[in-house]
Amino acid sequence: MSSAAHDMGGDPAGPVDRSEPERTLFEQRVDAMQRLLCAPDRALFTVDALRRAIESLPADTYRGLGYYERWLRAMAMLLVERGVIAEDDLRVRVAALAAGGTTRRAGDPAGAPPPEAGR
Amino acid sequence: MTPPVRLRPGTRVRVDARGVDHHCRTPRYLRGRLGRVVAHLGAFGDPETLAYHRPGALRNLYQVEFEHAELWSPGEAGVLIAADLFEHWLSVEDD
Repeated sequence: MSSAAHDMGGDPAGPVDRSEPERTLFEQRVDAMQRLLCAPDRALFTVDALRRAIESLPADTYRGLGYYERWLRAMAMLLVERGVIAEDDLRVRVAALAAGGTTRRAGDPAGAPPPEAGR
Repeated sequence: MTPPVRLRPGTRVRVDARGVDHHCRTPRYLRGRLGRVVAHLGAFGDPETLAYHRPGALRNLYQVEFEHAELWSPGEAGVLIAADLFEHWLSVEDD
C-alpha cells in the first residue's frame, strides 16, 4: 500500500502546536493565487489536484516545507502539467528573481511600484 | 445524478482496507476499521478522479465516528474520532 508523507495519522509525533501565527504576505499571496487559478472562470485545476500534487512531493521535501510552501510547489507543478507555464521558463524566472531581479515583466505598466518582498 | 443515500445515521460500517496508488481522501489509519455513521454530509465530486483533471462522479459523503480503542492501542474510553468518508469506501457491517 502506498503511504505518502502526508498520511501521517498514528505516526509518532510531539504535542500539537496550537499557536495561531499571523498570516504572512507570502501565505496570503499563495492563497490568493490558488483561489484565482481554481476559480470557475479559469478552473485550471481543482483543490483535489492541488492535494494530489502536494502529496506527490518527496517525503523529505514535504517535511521540509511549510504549509503554503507546499501549496506553491504544487501549484507550479500543476501549471506545468496543464501547459500554462513551461518548466524551463519557471526555472529561469526563479533564478532571475533569486539574483535580485524584479517580478515585473517587460510590457507591464510602468510606474507601478514593484510588489513588496514576499517574506 | 445525485446518488441515493444508502447509509443512515447509526449504521455500523467498515472502512475498506484496500491500498491505492492514486490520490484518495481515506486516511490509512482508518482503513479496515469499524465505525458508525453519524450523518450524511451531501454528495460531492469524487476526488479520486478530480485530482487528475477528470470529471468526478457524485459520491455520498458521511461523517463516521470511531471509538478511540478501535483505532489506537491502548484506547481511551469515551473518546470518539470523527472522519468524513465517501460511500465507496464503506461497507455495512451487521450488528
